[in-house]
Amino acid sequence: MTEIFGVPTQALFGQLLIGLINGSFYALLSLGLAVIFGLLNIINFTHGAQYMMGAFVAYLLTAKLGLGYWWSLAIVPLIVGATGIVIERLMLSKLYKLDHLYGLLLTFGLALIIQGLFRNEYGTSGLPYSMPEALSGGHNLGFMFLPNYRAWVIVASLIVCGATWFIIEKTKLGSYLRAATENPALVQAFGINVPRMITLTYGFGVALAAFAGVMAAPIYQVSPQMGADLIIVVFAVVVIGGMGSILGSILTGFSLGVVEGLTKVFYPEASNTVIFVIMAIVLMIKPAGLFGAQK
Amino acid sequence: MKFKQTLLAAAIAALSGAAQAQVSDGVIKIGVLNDMSSLYADIAGPGSVVAAKMAVEDFGAAKKGMKVEIISADHQNKPDVGAQIANQWFDQDKVDVIVDVPTSSVALAISEIARKKGKAFLNSGAATSDLTGKACSPNTIHWTYDTWMLANGTGSAILKTGGDTWFFITADYAFGLALERDTEAVVLKGGGKVLGKVRAPLNTQDFSSFLLQAQASKAKIIGLANAGGDTINSIKQASEFGIVKGGQNLAGMLVFISDVHALGLEKAQGLIFTETFYWDLNDQTRAWTKRFLAESKGTKYPTMVQAGVYSSVLHYLKAVEAAKTDDGTKVIAQMKAMPTDDPLFGKGSIRRDGRKLHPAYLVEVKKPSESKGPYDYYKIRATIPADQAFRPEKDGGCNL
Amino acid sequence: MPREQKIALAVMAALFALAPLAVYPVFLMKAMCFALFACAFNLLIGFGGLLSFGHAMFLGTAGYAAAHAAKVWGFQPQFAILFGTACAALLGLVTGLIAIRRQGIYFAMTTLALSQMIYFFYLQTPFTHGEDGIQAVPRGMLFGVIDLSNVWAMYITVFVIFIAGFLLTYRVIHSPFGQVLKAIRENEPRAISLGYDVNRYKLLAYLLSATLAGAAGATKALVFQLASLTDVHWSMSGEVVLMTLLGGLGTVFGPVAGAFIVITMENYLAQIGAWVTISEGVIFVICVLAFRRGVIGELGGWLKKAL
Repeated sequence: MTEIFGVPTQALFGQLLIGLINGSFYALLSLGLAVIFGLLNIINFTHGAQYMMGAFVAYLLTAKLGLGYWWSLAIVPLIVGATGIVIERLMLSKLYKLDHLYGLLLTFGLALIIQGLFRNEYGTSGLPYSMPEALSGGHNLGFMFLPNYRAWVIVASLIVCGATWFIIEKTKLGSYLRAATENPALVQAFGINVPRMITLTYGFGVALAAFAGVMAAPIYQVSPQMGADLIIVVFAVVVIGGMGSILGSILTGFSLGVVEGLTKVFYPEASNTVIFVIMAIVLMIKPAGLFGAQK
Repeated sequence: MKFKQTLLAAAIAALSGAAQAQVSDGVIKIGVLNDMSSLYADIAGPGSVVAAKMAVEDFGAAKKGMKVEIISADHQNKPDVGAQIANQWFDQDKVDVIVDVPTSSVALAISEIARKKGKAFLNSGAATSDLTGKACSPNTIHWTYDTWMLANGTGSAILKTGGDTWFFITADYAFGLALERDTEAVVLKGGGKVLGKVRAPLNTQDFSSFLLQAQASKAKIIGLANAGGDTINSIKQASEFGIVKGGQNLAGMLVFISDVHALGLEKAQGLIFTETFYWDLNDQTRAWTKRFLAESKGTKYPTMVQAGVYSSVLHYLKAVEAAKTDDGTKVIAQMKAMPTDDPLFGKGSIRRDGRKLHPAYLVEVKKPSESKGPYDYYKIRATIPADQAFRPEKDGGCNL
Repeated sequence: MPREQKIALAVMAALFALAPLAVYPVFLMKAMCFALFACAFNLLIGFGGLLSFGHAMFLGTAGYAAAHAAKVWGFQPQFAILFGTACAALLGLVTGLIAIRRQGIYFAMTTLALSQMIYFFYLQTPFTHGEDGIQAVPRGMLFGVIDLSNVWAMYITVFVIFIAGFLLTYRVIHSPFGQVLKAIRENEPRAISLGYDVNRYKLLAYLLSATLAGAAGATKALVFQLASLTDVHWSMSGEVVLMTLLGGLGTVFGPVAGAFIVITMENYLAQIGAWVTISEGVIFVICVLAFRRGVIGELGGWLKKAL
């Protein structure tokens, strides 16, 4: 068996694939953040809590209404996205004319409230959520055993990321959105309802977070704090990718997943910090991020 | 007749009054300090307060004319918050004993404060075996479990059932490393082999990479030297990767019944670990659990930490009654002098270094088909007698 | 110092000097340490316009350094505190050089990332004892003669450190340096065009803020006689933001008031622990939406004086 740096190549491929799968989660989550920041200039600290809400609403749909995983994938983003719209209408919209830092502080406060409420209600050990029948089991690829669900994660993530990128960069709706954030007054003068577009954009970003939450429910612990530490890592991904760049976040998400996966093989103790180290380096060399343009 | 009765009553009142006079300000105040809102809220939390209240009731404090009060607070797993509350409780609020305190860092801080102020500390929730080792104190008794017992109980019991090749997935912090080190020592001493270990950072969400490595090692037993969310995530994902179906077994080093409940039997089946209390152990524990559920008005069955709070408070009150004082150091000494007996842990004793001794049970999580009712989760695989379950006194490094 | 601020200073000093007769001293010492921490933070955001989301790294580093020095090396308390403060200052210099070049959101994210790295470093390094923290730190003999295990001696020491730190921030804010800082916050391109080396000023403000935060952390380690991971976790960074926001960004006395309110709330809500997080979140939201000037800011606005 050949070895690279003391690790058998077979094992290495397995780890690379795992890294790609994790990268899919990072990409999905950072996509929502990037959409919200890129188009609205808001740092959505609540993203982690909204991811968590996605997983919990999926659990509730199953527990109370008997609706399974596939229903959840469709319905949950709509429900949580709706809560996002409410937040935007009631609170965020009042802050647009102020320094962006206030938006960050507001969403930080909201994250604390949401997490605290869920913790009060559901405790901290977490809730069980079972794997959908169609996706359980897996295939032996020779160099590793790949659970079907993990393969599904990559596929779903690629589809969603690709679709989002396409909508924003290549369609008329997307161009309206991008124009509206660059020059809202002018675009409004053209008769386009700018505030509504902004609201819908925020709702869409939140829906993406909730979607990631439903995807996570079968494999990660469904607990109120599941988003809290993850959100910091996702911030790092978005900053590295370039805070306004959709494509940047997607590519960075996948690549950093792979980098983290490799670190877990060669130097696992550092796998938590490697993303932050990269972020610090990128910020020193290219402060707008790898794909970003400084605003 | 009436006069004699009145005289008798007055005499009894006077006598108990006299006994009371030696209990400071006439009230025995018990402080339940634990995590009410985050990681360990389900393991200890409000359930521990219920357990303490039940102990006071069962002791019959009212009938004996002793006034006992219970207060509680949330230390939020922060040592400085815990230290602040303990200081205030001891100095200002006349608390005589602090019980529970999960989270080792907080427990060590409280132990130190209790020692300085001559008060009592009955720890039921923390894991660090330093509480009866390097950091032992004449004012602290460590109940329920500790890292040595977990490592030894689970390690040696699994070895006996044939699990002689191990791979460790360890949470890379003091607690995880201690568990790994202690378990590895047991495995090697028993003639087993450790085929590999990998250190995962604390609060890792995704263990697939580490599980792959564990699978590749082909070790019979994958030891999870972690706790809480890390354990739950590793077990959940292990089932995804078909680890148990592939013939390897998972050994959880620190698992509570609340964790199994959170995972669900489908994911947790086959998991082996050690606990010192299970609600379904015998008629006494079952009866107690029924009362616990009624009093807590909830559906969460008691964990061993909450059982430990009941047991420690009960024994404490007996000791106060016998020693006729609530001076911390004296009561602790009295508790060590009396053998313990309660419906949850059976008969036991307390050593000079503060270690409470009772039997430990190696349990295996049932398959979903084997479970016949709520929280019917465990099969008892083996019982480790009290004198073998805990670290020998001479090995601890306690100089009491 | 304008008259109303002199009065406020006298009131604050008197309150903290006399309160221990009625209120539990350990609680007050905790409040003073956090008040100093918040003042240090306010220097950076209120007057420098830089939101640091990683200030916990200074509090915690100084705490660990002072605890280690006092317990393992046997330093006298004043040297332990100085050592802790110096370590925080050094960390401030290093992180400042990395972070200062960015502005606004990027600056905040950079400080957050740096403090996460520091957190993981402390989680794994042996000297911090990881989750257990450094326990049983001796308070020692101040200057070799005053026994700080006496609660009054400790209280006076903390009081002196707090007032000194507060006056130092005051002096910095109202000095020519402080004026330039405010100018940079208001309009950075203009300040540059006027010939000021803005990065150097910002770095200096950052360094001062880090040093004072370190003083707070080192003192706190001796008060509680322990240093733990809680002090380097990002939620601690969030707390100091909350305290300063609630008290009033850019006011002189705001951070003190804010710290006091938050510590009190945590103390009394500890009986119903779960609600602490929710209440903090609600306060954040209310402050940002409707109460941006904070308690002291509103008070000052009502009195039409700067506080």
